[in-house]
Amino acid sequence: MTRHIITVTVNGTLYTREMDARKLLSDFIREDLGLTGTHLGCEHGQCGTCTILFNGVSMKSCLLLATQADGAKIMTVEGLAKDGVLHPLQESFWEHHGLQCGFCTPGMLMNALYFLTVNPRPTDLEIRRGIAGNLCRCTGYVNIVKAIKAAAEKMAQNKGA
Amino acid sequence: MKPAPFDYYAPSTLEEVLALLGQHGDEAKLLAGGQSLMPLINMRLARPAVLVDINRLPGLDYIREDDGMIAIGALTRHASVASSNVLKKSCPMLPHAAQFVGDLQVRNRGTFGGSIAHADPASEFCAVVYTLGGEIVARHAGGSRVIPVEEFFEAPLTTALTPREIATEVRVARIKGAAWSFRGIAPRFGDFVLAGVGIALDFDGEGRCGACRVGMFGVGPTPLRAYKAEQSCVGNRLDEKLIVELAELAATEADPSSDVHASAGYRRELLRWLVGWNLRNASRKHQEEMK
Repeated sequence: MTRHIITVTVNGTLYTREMDARKLLSDFIREDLGLTGTHLGCEHGQCGTCTILFNGVSMKSCLLLATQADGAKIMTVEGLAKDGVLHPLQESFWEHHGLQCGFCTPGMLMNALYFLTVNPRPTDLEIRRGIAGNLCRCTGYVNIVKAIKAAAEKMAQNKGA
Repeated sequence: MKPAPFDYYAPSTLEEVLALLGQHGDEAKLLAGGQSLMPLINMRLARPAVLVDINRLPGLDYIREDDGMIAIGALTRHASVASSNVLKKSCPMLPHAAQFVGDLQVRNRGTFGGSIAHADPASEFCAVVYTLGGEIVARHAGGSRVIPVEEFFEAPLTTALTPREIATEVRVARIKGAAWSFRGIAPRFGDFVLAGVGIALDFDGEGRCGACRVGMFGVGPTPLRAYKAEQSCVGNRLDEKLIVELAELAATEADPSSDVHASAGYRRELLRWLVGWNLRNASRKHQEEMK
């Protein structure tokens, strides 16, 4: 098996690491970088809880190889809060009870973050379709949809201010 | 849920890709978006000895009009297909179908060429290209060839591509006029369809059907055309009696199988309903355009 050295920016920090070809990006983020906010559910692209931003776009990190991230800019859930202040999405999930066990939350947050960049004022149906790749087995999604909608309004206000 | 060991290469030229394929043959797999291949590798249902990652190849991400067809580069992401203004104008069935492919994250990474080369019988993109007509450009170390879509899909997940070839471009026919319709039925939004239908129709000045294409997917080992239904349509007015006949005819041309999701009979029933719905929808869109 080939080994590879990559240089990757994660949440603004530059890392250089060596790994086996078969190392998944999700495992690299958790095991090699110690960023365990990114969760692993199914590890075959069904549950979406390992969703990260890869060069600004939401992707499932279990379907990427770590070697493919060479030169990429990655953002994980740890990159959301700034100086101890929660991101509007995180605040809204808190306020609207958008999580129960919290296992799906990192993926929900990262996919919602990307979704709101392409659709800043979504309808409920658009939100539901936007998060179709993220499974939640607790909430029934109602409060997650409410939280994302509230975050959209907050983020639009922040932008206008 | 961890891949078996493999060697990994990420060449930056097509020549290197072709050399690697020439060297490793069917030991090697091309890795494009990986939204179908990586799950198979993670579950060790696929254990390629060599992965050739083509994501660093330049110049394969484009959508352009070319000789009356639309040429789509193999590395064009599904999200680009969904939002392409060229496609919305000249081949609106493709961006329409794109919204049903996977989910947001999958559409951000998955590639059009990968989807066609994977040849899932329930694939929306395979179905649209098969329905409208098109061709696949394949490169190998010795040159290239153009494969008509009718000869491309051979069986589930099996195409006419040899292990030493790479699909670099997919060309799909334009849609003239508004008379098209596309719909599948899936257990959940974005999931694999139980049955799906795409239709493109021409009408003459008298309101009679001209050329007609009826494509079916999820109801056979490959995408299918309902050729008998297409022939029965030509030269006739699309009234309710004819629509019911065409739906019956198309259902006899499908080849569905039973699995845990649905029986063959249920899939055929869905197909019959979908052909009717799509014919009515295409006809309504045509009439609205004529007003």
